[in-house]
Amino acid sequence: MRILLRAGSPLAALGLWYLLTEHDVVFLLRFDRFPGPGDVLAEFGRQLTTGVYYQDLAQSLVRILTGFVLAALFGGLLGTLVARSRRAGDLLLPLFELARPVPAIALVPIAILLFPQSEQGIVFITFAAAFFPIMVSTRHAVRALPPVWEDAVRTLGGGRVRVLAGVLLPGILPGVFGGLSVGMGVAWICLISAEMISGQFGVGYRTWASYTIVDYPGVLVGIITIGLLGFLTSGAVELLGRRATRWLPAEARR
Amino acid sequence: MNALSFQIKNLSLTRAGSPVLGGLDLDVAAGEILAVAGSSGCGKSTLLRALAGLLPVASGELLADGRPVRGTSADRALMFQEDALLPWRSARANVALPLAIRRVPRAERNARADGWLARVGLAGLERRLPRDLSGGQRQRVQLARTLAGQPRAVLMDEPFGALDAQTRHEMQRLLTDVWNASTTVVFVTHDVDEALLLGDRVAVLGGGGLADLVEVPHPRTTVDPALRARVLAALGAQTLETT
Repeated sequence: MRILLRAGSPLAALGLWYLLTEHDVVFLLRFDRFPGPGDVLAEFGRQLTTGVYYQDLAQSLVRILTGFVLAALFGGLLGTLVARSRRAGDLLLPLFELARPVPAIALVPIAILLFPQSEQGIVFITFAAAFFPIMVSTRHAVRALPPVWEDAVRTLGGGRVRVLAGVLLPGILPGVFGGLSVGMGVAWICLISAEMISGQFGVGYRTWASYTIVDYPGVLVGIITIGLLGFLTSGAVELLGRRATRWLPAEARR
Repeated sequence: MNALSFQIKNLSLTRAGSPVLGGLDLDVAAGEILAVAGSSGCGKSTLLRALAGLLPVASGELLADGRPVRGTSADRALMFQEDALLPWRSARANVALPLAIRRVPRAERNARADGWLARVGLAGLERRLPRDLSGGQRQRVQLARTLAGQPRAVLMDEPFGALDAQTRHEMQRLLTDVWNASTTVVFVTHDVDEALLLGDRVAVLGGGGLADLVEVPHPRTTVDPALRARVLAALGAQTLETT
């Protein structure tokens, strides 16, 4: 029953799209040049049989995973460092706070200047986008950790490594996964934009390229692909997060 | 492993920059149960944290077996008043924690943890997560965890304070049952009867130092009214001093 309800809004959007394009509605918005679901489906089917589609898909996934994993590692490490060490916080936080408001996509010219290959530049943009939400959520999660957990482990004979691996890491996961979720979202936004600006492959590049050659069904295939990729990767992060935080009391779980 | 003794000489402690205890002299003999009583804010929890090595000494001396206490050690396990179980570990894994820290093989530490859980009356709940245990059960798991590492001194911060009267009595009996002279126990309480029932001696803190030190003669099945009056008087005197 619930699955029917949940399928309701996508199906309604699909139906509306079909009606508007089928009748070439021009009222406030223009649907006369807009491709209908049938055209897009046919184009989708055609692209699925070509190698280019999968090549773009693989390229975008490699970029996002590389940037995201790097951001998770550095964001987690530096977020922990600035929360645990006052000196590291004093040293690094001003730089972070200055760099954080800059949208990662505004770093495209810098990435082009700095990196010899556009590939590295795009991964850097993705990394920069995901880094800050992950770093900030890690910092807050470390600070919000009840001190009694660490005290207990220390008075049971636990050393620094035991505290970091056995208390800090599991303890901050619920907070960090929020940041990972947000990070994955902005990483996609910035990856697609960067690909549109300077890519040579990738779903974002292909979408923009389709537009420039007036292949509107191709544009929509690209957009739907981006939506699906974002949905699947965010879902994967969410799933991992739930598995890692099954110990939370019921009221704290989402 | 033999019990630990403490020597406290002219000890001063501060908490968040302000002095809590000043010039405290107190010896804790190896294997004794020392109850520390006092009204809230008198520094009893602070003293316990210092004994555990969680709080640095401001001035004076704090020795364990004649050596200065520096940092925490598995020799001096602290049982907290609040829920200090790691919520992602099952009851068994929490109790096995001090053994895991000492790299006891998994099968052995799980068997020993189950043994401790049975002793505190929680057999059958080994796999429960803390969120699926009641407050009293969680406190029992914490007691089991504290004792499982066989520390030479057990420090307890109002361990039974948050429990209902019946559970409290069970836990007190449990503590005297599992306690043996190979462990020194220092426990903080604001309950005078609990202090006199469990303690070999009762140290009453007040006015930033030791207000009274009461020896409780053995055997004791009931609280001696004269001793209760004496402890209450020491507590009362400090209440007058601080107000």
